[in-house]
Amino acid sequence: MNAPSLRVAIIGSGPSGLYAADELLKAHSGAQVDMFDRLATPGGLARFGVSPDHHQRRKIIDIYERQLFASGRFRFFGNVEIGRDISHSELSAHYHGIIYSSGASADRMLNIPGEDLNGAVAATNFVAWYNGHPDHHRDQYDLRGERAVLIGNGNVALDVARMLLLPTAYLSKTDISEIALNALAKSEIKEVVIVGRRGPAQAAFTLPELLELKHLDIDIELQGICDEELNKLIAEASSRVESALRLRTLQELAKQPKRHARKLIFRFMHSPLALLGENKVSAIQLGINTLSHDGSKALATSETTALDTQLVIKAIGYRGRALPELPFDAERGILPNEAGRVSSGVYVTGWLKRGPQGVIGSNKMCSKETVASVLKDCSQGDLKQAIDETDIATRLSKANINYIDIKAWRQINKTECAAGLQVGKPRKKLLSHEELMQAAQPADAVAGR
Amino acid sequence: MTYVIVGHCINDTACVDVCPVDCIHPSPSEPGFKTADMLYIDPDVCVDCNACAEACPIDAIMPARKLPDNLRHYQAINAELAQGRSHRLKESAA
Repeated sequence: MNAPSLRVAIIGSGPSGLYAADELLKAHSGAQVDMFDRLATPGGLARFGVSPDHHQRRKIIDIYERQLFASGRFRFFGNVEIGRDISHSELSAHYHGIIYSSGASADRMLNIPGEDLNGAVAATNFVAWYNGHPDHHRDQYDLRGERAVLIGNGNVALDVARMLLLPTAYLSKTDISEIALNALAKSEIKEVVIVGRRGPAQAAFTLPELLELKHLDIDIELQGICDEELNKLIAEASSRVESALRLRTLQELAKQPKRHARKLIFRFMHSPLALLGENKVSAIQLGINTLSHDGSKALATSETTALDTQLVIKAIGYRGRALPELPFDAERGILPNEAGRVSSGVYVTGWLKRGPQGVIGSNKMCSKETVASVLKDCSQGDLKQAIDETDIATRLSKANINYIDIKAWRQINKTECAAGLQVGKPRKKLLSHEELMQAAQPADAVAGR
Repeated sequence: MTYVIVGHCINDTACVDVCPVDCIHPSPSEPGFKTADMLYIDPDVCVDCNACAEACPIDAIMPARKLPDNLRHYQAINAELAQGRSHRLKESAA
């Protein structure tokens, strides 16, 4: 016997949305899932956040898309923005439940003087630029200075550093945006300084991202920490193998012979105080810190120093955006929720639920918890019984909304992969919204043009 | 021989679900899962069944003998992480 139907809309097709859909379809045999994304392409940050040289991780999109589609109970509606094309309340009428998985796409501010100068940019935008995001692919960055400064001690800072420092020949074999590749080919940046408020033991770089640096054509230097201190930290961390390995890797990186044209400097124990310059950044003022006894806080000293630079990229985290008709915790940048439940019939998962932390797979457990909340409300009869049975596809077509379904996405995917194959890349991304919409047309329609 | 998880692991845990001998750590129910940079295979327990490699959605698991040169070091990394876990377990049992 078939279970009674449970119609759920998922808003956002990044990893947390894909995991939520997968879990829901597996856990409830009557579940029917419609996934919406404001962009034409599924994947969210798996497409626009994951670094071009880590393209293996993007496979998650294809694998889950195929698995979801094979259920026969899943549909994709790309190029549909909730709040623009259809409101939350209109959408609610058609579904028993809505899961928001639209992530955290805004950037956090440093709140220091000079942050509005040209040349002070957010890593969120820079990453979207080199990953060919349709809203950012045409952005322009001045890469003429010899030094760029990155603020933040997480993997995003390392991703950006690699894009700025890796040789063009290497990047050209990735799926980096062609526009970004051409701009980076002309870059004069020779040195990237990654600034962190605290020490290497507190940094959020993950082990694989540090290990990877050993094999790249980039020299590494550590500042703000001496070898002796590092040895002490490694000894202290010995029972936490992963932490010890991270520290040891940093130490090994610093000891590798210097022989490359470009350099990455990890500068620990420094806080940005101000960006200096008229109209455009010309230098960054840094304050030197010490650590509180337990390492949890950076304590400012009275000493300061400055670095000349024309490009400062802030990689201090993403934050969620408030959504129309829904509550929002502005402090944490999330949709307030209890185990993913916002209210009866409204749920949240991923970064919009827990804040921007964890790796791609962290979203699996997060989405499992949210789906459990949906199913609990469902079994307790807390979800509305009657819904508008009109097919949402009909509703969108009537409103002249040119949505991208799975077939159209696969057409885009095929176009990109075929173009990539010709030039020895995993994929050649289509950049503009117009190009994407054009590639989405069925092959026979294109042939007949 | 053993299988090895390499650096592009995203902690999806599809491998943990299919492993017949529970040699992949940390599993979602183990402490440290939430903060783990990557998952790893305990080479002393792995039975070379290939199930994890097939289950991994992004091909981040391979037999040790098939590791390309630039990923060879992950065999030692997996072993070291697994040793650390065994050590912790022994200490907490003592």
